[in-house]
Amino acid sequence: MAQIAAPSAVDTPAITPISLKAIAPWAVFFGILMLVLLYFVGAEQGATSLISGENVHEWVHDGRHLLGFPCH
Amino acid sequence: MNSISVRALLVRGMLAGLAAGVLALVVAYLLGEPRVDSAIAYEGAHTHEHGEEMVSRSLQSTAGLATGVLLFGIAVGGIAALAFCFALGRIGRFGPRGTAALVSVGALLSVYVVPFLKYPANPPSVGDADTIGKRTTLYFLMIALSVLLTVGAIVLGKRLAPRLGNWNATVAAGAAFLVAIGIAYAFLPAINEVPKDFPATLLWQFRLSALAIQLTLWTGFGLLFGHLAERLLVPKAAAAPRGSQSVGRTAASVN
Repeated sequence: MAQIAAPSAVDTPAITPISLKAIAPWAVFFGILMLVLLYFVGAEQGATSLISGENVHEWVHDGRHLLGFPCH
Repeated sequence: MNSISVRALLVRGMLAGLAAGVLALVVAYLLGEPRVDSAIAYEGAHTHEHGEEMVSRSLQSTAGLATGVLLFGIAVGGIAALAFCFALGRIGRFGPRGTAALVSVGALLSVYVVPFLKYPANPPSVGDADTIGKRTTLYFLMIALSVLLTVGAIVLGKRLAPRLGNWNATVAAGAAFLVAIGIAYAFLPAINEVPKDFPATLLWQFRLSALAIQLTLWTGFGLLFGHLAERLLVPKAAAAPRGSQSVGRTAASVN
């Protein structure tokens, strides 16, 4: 077989990065939203409490232990 | 690429996180729950801190566990998708699938494994209730430190790559990361609040199952999100003949 124009893996074109301007609004808004979600799963009513009582803590108790967060 | 693909990737990240969370939930229920129950049985036989039950054990081990693990999956999936948007095309010549795999491995190591080796997951009855503030602070500090050092190592690797070549630069950055983490391990205070006669085997099995949950979550996420991202960003990759997969890509050469 003639070796003509065999596309080699080295020629794989690189992907254009997504511009930071496009990422920033999503990263700020959803990044914070996701972190708030993680806070309620992992730490609320443990070391700090925004909502009084222990219902949040008790409800996610097993998840907190098994996901590695300090629980009580 | 515009913000629509960021949104599309974010949605896919959260969905992949949810799906990976379901897999992790199965592992958590099958491997983790028996150990949590044993630890609670130990707690009940020794001390008695918990007064009346606010949420029954049967709810905690099913719906409660599901809430925690699935929300965790969605949240880390979303954050990992945002990290993916940033990493894509910036960490070398990797396609969407390869980038997703690398982001997942990086997240598993920096967000979980490295902090875990210093402050491992603890079952009920391990840990003094009075030190919860200190333990929480140290755990989140360790996560933040580990993530920052990981980002630092990646930046260092990219800086060194033109001089040392990709392989040596990656090895050097990895070594620098290990040294920095070692120093952090050495200087952060140790926590040892395991009760004297708490079964060592149970503690070991609990921690292994906690590790298995994260391994499942991140493996599932990396593969699933990589697949979805590849399909979104490289349309018709399967159908197109070799060499013409340049849809959505530019022919810029990077080294």
